[in-house]
Amino acid sequence: MSAQTTSKASPAGFVSSSRWLLWSGIAALCAWVMVPIYLVALGALGGRQGVYQWPKTGLPTGISLDPFILFLKTEGVLQSFLNSLGAAGITVALSILLGAPAGYALARYNFHGKDGYRLLVLLTRAFPLAILALPLTVSFIRLGLYDTIIGVGLIHTVLALPFAALVTQGIFMGVPRELEEAAWVFGCTRAQAFFKIVAPLALPGIVATAVFAFVISWNEVFAASVLTVRNRTLTAYLLTVLSESPMHYRFAGGLMLILPSVIFIFAVRRYLFAIWGISSK
Amino acid sequence: MANIVIDRIRKSFGTFEALKEVSLTINDGEFVSLLGPSGCGKTTLLRIIAGLETSTSGDVLIGGKSVTGLPPKERGLAMVFQNYAVFPHMTVYENVAFGLRMQKAEDARVKAQVEKAAGLLHIEQYLDRYPNKLSGGQRQRVAVARALAVEPKVLLMDEPLSNLDALLRLEMRTELKTVLQSAGTTTIYVTHDQTEAMGLSDRIAVMHNGVVEQVGTPVDVYNYPATRFVGGFIGNPPMNFIKVPVTNGQVAAGSEPLMAPKETGDEVILGLRGEAVQLAPLQLGLEMKVRVAEPMGSHLLLTGSIHDQPVRVILPSSETVRSGDVIGLKLDPNRITWLSPESGKSFPAAMAR
Repeated sequence: MSAQTTSKASPAGFVSSSRWLLWSGIAALCAWVMVPIYLVALGALGGRQGVYQWPKTGLPTGISLDPFILFLKTEGVLQSFLNSLGAAGITVALSILLGAPAGYALARYNFHGKDGYRLLVLLTRAFPLAILALPLTVSFIRLGLYDTIIGVGLIHTVLALPFAALVTQGIFMGVPRELEEAAWVFGCTRAQAFFKIVAPLALPGIVATAVFAFVISWNEVFAASVLTVRNRTLTAYLLTVLSESPMHYRFAGGLMLILPSVIFIFAVRRYLFAIWGISSK
Repeated sequence: MANIVIDRIRKSFGTFEALKEVSLTINDGEFVSLLGPSGCGKTTLLRIIAGLETSTSGDVLIGGKSVTGLPPKERGLAMVFQNYAVFPHMTVYENVAFGLRMQKAEDARVKAQVEKAAGLLHIEQYLDRYPNKLSGGQRQRVAVARALAVEPKVLLMDEPLSNLDALLRLEMRTELKTVLQSAGTTTIYVTHDQTEAMGLSDRIAVMHNGVVEQVGTPVDVYNYPATRFVGGFIGNPPMNFIKVPVTNGQVAAGSEPLMAPKETGDEVILGLRGEAVQLAPLQLGLEMKVRVAEPMGSHLLLTGSIHDQPVRVILPSSETVRSGDVIGLKLDPNRITWLSPESGKSFPAAMAR
């Protein structure tokens, strides 16, 4: 009887065990991301008592938005948050506007020095910012870019641009050239073919590149600290301020650093996946 | 009027010469195949006509007007690509309508044309689907419908059937012929499949190593190949080539010697279609040693040698020949192609008959 039941159960058992694996994998991945965010949020929203409470319950007791709002009202926090958004916006816009055409050229055309160009693009990352900091500061002061968000955005663009160019190259190579040629034959100029055919198909990858550029700018702290005094980005501001702040302020700062990235990625998530069967490689 | 004149087109990629002075004239409404093995330059030539590739030198005229230097969209042509190139983010309807939309046609005309093209290719029921929900054969139909919907003066096809399975290919071939015959469009069709070229074309241009070796009707190309390459490439089994000695302008072949062309020296290559022979008594015919006899049902395929050179011949299945036999073959002098051993070209006498 037992043999009968096992032989009957084995296909169903296989399905259910693979399903179990799938869900436990999903749960583990979610926990990997969510638990730290949860703990940070707990620290940020729990107030002074919540942070120092021991043993920790892990449960949201004594939660209120007040400590967080208090933190937001602290002088400079909101402004630096907006500064960070501005710098990240500039970085995303510039690295897509400059990087995507470069990636397209690398993907579609053969030109002299193509490999050298690719190497040079990467070499911009070969010089540590620490070495460049002083000359950069001097020339930024001369150009009037020192202590401006545009200046920080430009530096972050320099950091993000090599990746933007090389990642979009791969994306554009994933869009078959024949599709573009078909568009030309059926009446498109090169520009029309790009915007009607290539751009929609490359969109998921381009959005992924934008997320990447956003995160690079949002997390960058060194250049932002060196190149600004009053117009600090959030990371730079928190770095200078938080060491002297109470614990729950630090958690609040951390939460504020995490949330925009999460919200941004959540907002563009549907473009991150292949929509029409062309994967974003 | 949309005849196409290809005038001394050359194309080099670096030091590699893909096309070596190709000239070809295609008449209005004609269906011409460019046939050849891969790497012979046929696709390059098609892309130059389409304007997707620039020639190193030479000129292409469509309807008497030079199109060299014009972008593809100003050449008044449509194209079917090897991998279909159906736009994945548009419905079948929008795919078929794409060319008309780019011409800024009115909605009513777009609708009428799309429905007509879809009807011809039996894809009406898929019009609101996306291409990733279609099979290869259906995508193929969409690609052809998209090309026909703009009513092009010239239709270019680049191995459109090569990605389909054998059965579907046969079916699509018949349908293509029906559709294109009624449309009367000047068509250039690139293929490496000789049966496709033979079945579809008014004329075939056989290409090899960047050169057009022969242009002619399917029957002429089959019966009177201009070069050894053409004879060997077309036909299944391919043409047999037997090097034979010439004495007093004659080639010994059993009881009736064959008259060799006047231009020959001591030796000549006898080009023989496998089915252009009859079984004859041993002493009266050309001697063939049969190595393998394969009864195929419709015919009998014999593999063996004549003058110690490998040959394949086809006899009616009513004949009884076994592996190991030595038989005599009577050749039809009108169906023999004489080729020069030096140049590999056939003697023009063959074409004159």
